[in-house]
Amino acid sequence: MSEILFMKGNEALAEAAIRAGLDAYFGYPITPQSEILEYLAVQMPKRGGVVLQAESEVASINMIYGAAGAGARVMTTTSSPGMSLMQEGISYIASAQLPCLLANVVRGGPGLGTIQPSQGDYFQATKGGGHGDYHMIVLAPSTVQEMADFVYLGFDLADKYRTPAMILADGALGQGMEKVVFPEYDPAKMKQPKPWATTGKANDRERNVITSLWLQPEKMEELNQLLQDKYRTISEQEVLWEEYQTEDAEVLFTAFGLAARIARKTIQLAREQGIKAGLFRPKTVWPFPYKRLNELARQVDMILDVELNAGQMVEDVRLGVEGVTPVFFHGRMGGMIPTPEEVLEKMEANLQTVRSNGQSKEVAK
Amino acid sequence: MTDECTITEGMSAMDLVYDRPESLLDVRMHYCPGCGHSTVHKLLMEVVDEMEINSEIIGVAPVGCSVLAYEYMNIDMHQAAHGRATALATGIKRVLPDKYVFTYQGDGDLAAIGTAETIHSANRGENFLIIFINNGIYGMTGGQMAPTTPEGGKTATSPYGRDIGDMGAPIDIAAMIAPLPGTFYITRQTVHNAKGVRKTKKALTNALKYQQLNKGLCFVEIVTNCPSNWKLTPYEANQWMVDNMFDNYPLGDIKVPAKEDLS
Repeated sequence: MSEILFMKGNEALAEAAIRAGLDAYFGYPITPQSEILEYLAVQMPKRGGVVLQAESEVASINMIYGAAGAGARVMTTTSSPGMSLMQEGISYIASAQLPCLLANVVRGGPGLGTIQPSQGDYFQATKGGGHGDYHMIVLAPSTVQEMADFVYLGFDLADKYRTPAMILADGALGQGMEKVVFPEYDPAKMKQPKPWATTGKANDRERNVITSLWLQPEKMEELNQLLQDKYRTISEQEVLWEEYQTEDAEVLFTAFGLAARIARKTIQLAREQGIKAGLFRPKTVWPFPYKRLNELARQVDMILDVELNAGQMVEDVRLGVEGVTPVFFHGRMGGMIPTPEEVLEKMEANLQTVRSNGQSKEVAK
Repeated sequence: MTDECTITEGMSAMDLVYDRPESLLDVRMHYCPGCGHSTVHKLLMEVVDEMEINSEIIGVAPVGCSVLAYEYMNIDMHQAAHGRATALATGIKRVLPDKYVFTYQGDGDLAAIGTAETIHSANRGENFLIIFINNGIYGMTGGQMAPTTPEGGKTATSPYGRDIGDMGAPIDIAAMIAPLPGTFYITRQTVHNAKGVRKTKKALTNALKYQQLNKGLCFVEIVTNCPSNWKLTPYEANQWMVDNMFDNYPLGDIKVPAKEDLS
């Protein structure tokens, strides 16, 4: 039985990375995630591995690019403005098909914004972010426990598909303390064979070249096709979500990460008032669980999407719902967090609109 | 291929005094006639062969004319974004400290967009080799002004000549990083004549040998030409380089290790 610890989300993420066999971490301080670099600066020298404070996020991500190419298990973490700086490097890493783990402990934006929690980087994380046609696998934790669990999962998926994976958290998950248990991690998974790595051209193989440059458009399209095939496979096989009280739900909340915790509380309040509400929470926001959401959408009278932004995941929700049920949105921006009471009020108003328009699935029957 | 001349007729193996280094692939290079890149590539691969480190070296080629260096060097190589070569090299060397690592960068890459990475790699004393090809112009993008373009230098983006008051003075990165304790060996060479070629090869050999000592950054700058973008013949380009580049970038050693540091 593993020990139950009480930790900040940032520290749990860092500790999980070490337990998953992190070879090297490169990062630059930025609030609200500097504890990750600080924790690793203490632990990595004692437990083995490289930790280096880079001169910028631009340098961090390119150190990751180099070290990932050299076959190491690598991670960098940052918060929103820093993640903007990393986009160029991520595009190269995706194109060169290298595994690595990133984390964005999102803060309010745009610009320098605020250091308070936000989900304003959903588009950047899930739709590419940098230049060109690529995706990252994006995992959205909702608890400190998942801050740790998704590190294991992120490294595994990154290796499996030779692609960057990202943990999309927020300032509250990074700073908040909760209990966490670290499951055993299989040491065999730490050192996957990487015959493509630039480790020095051994005499028994051809030279390894890691590049994202293909000047002939036919070649570049070929690479793009390969990437798209990979993304299709990931979309089919790696979609993860959680449902809460959806069995009898007439009203469905969609939310990821921290917002999903607010939605859970709102559901309790709604059920106390006799409104059957449930939650659909994507754990992978890329790939997004469109299919299951569509099934649920057919069952409920309305969907209220809750986010800490101006409405970003709601676009994927609407894509998944395909218009079969009304989709509403409630969000707060710039580091503000909605209360369950305000979300409930919004939901009740929306529900009244739906029912007075005769759009209820019950009425339709 | 029929359009390539062969010089094997009348030659026997016994007569062979000079051959392509094994680590240099037998393919046609894309470099322009007279360009210094091909010479430096060959020298570097000769050194790799002579030191027998072909299986222990990793090169980083960032954006610029030499981004395709991996097409020619038969070693493990990693292509980098513009300006980020030394960050990549840092990542590689930190996880593979027993391997040899080098970057091969142009002036736009190293002295403009990658200045921060260059200086901080030097300041951290990263234990790899930077090969800096300084020809005072952007080659791959077609002849724009570089941070190293001499005063008055006419380029596509300084059509009336580089005006120091407006565009800044030619930047000397080697001199800037020399005072940093993290740098171990800094030298500036050229490859436009036989003497320069010999000295450059010696510098590359020194730098790679010093890497075994794990004592900091080695920096070999090679002042070279760009006949195509200078719009000169190879011969004229070399002359222009001697007349205009060497004043700004004097040849010779800039920082050499003391004898007691070589053990």
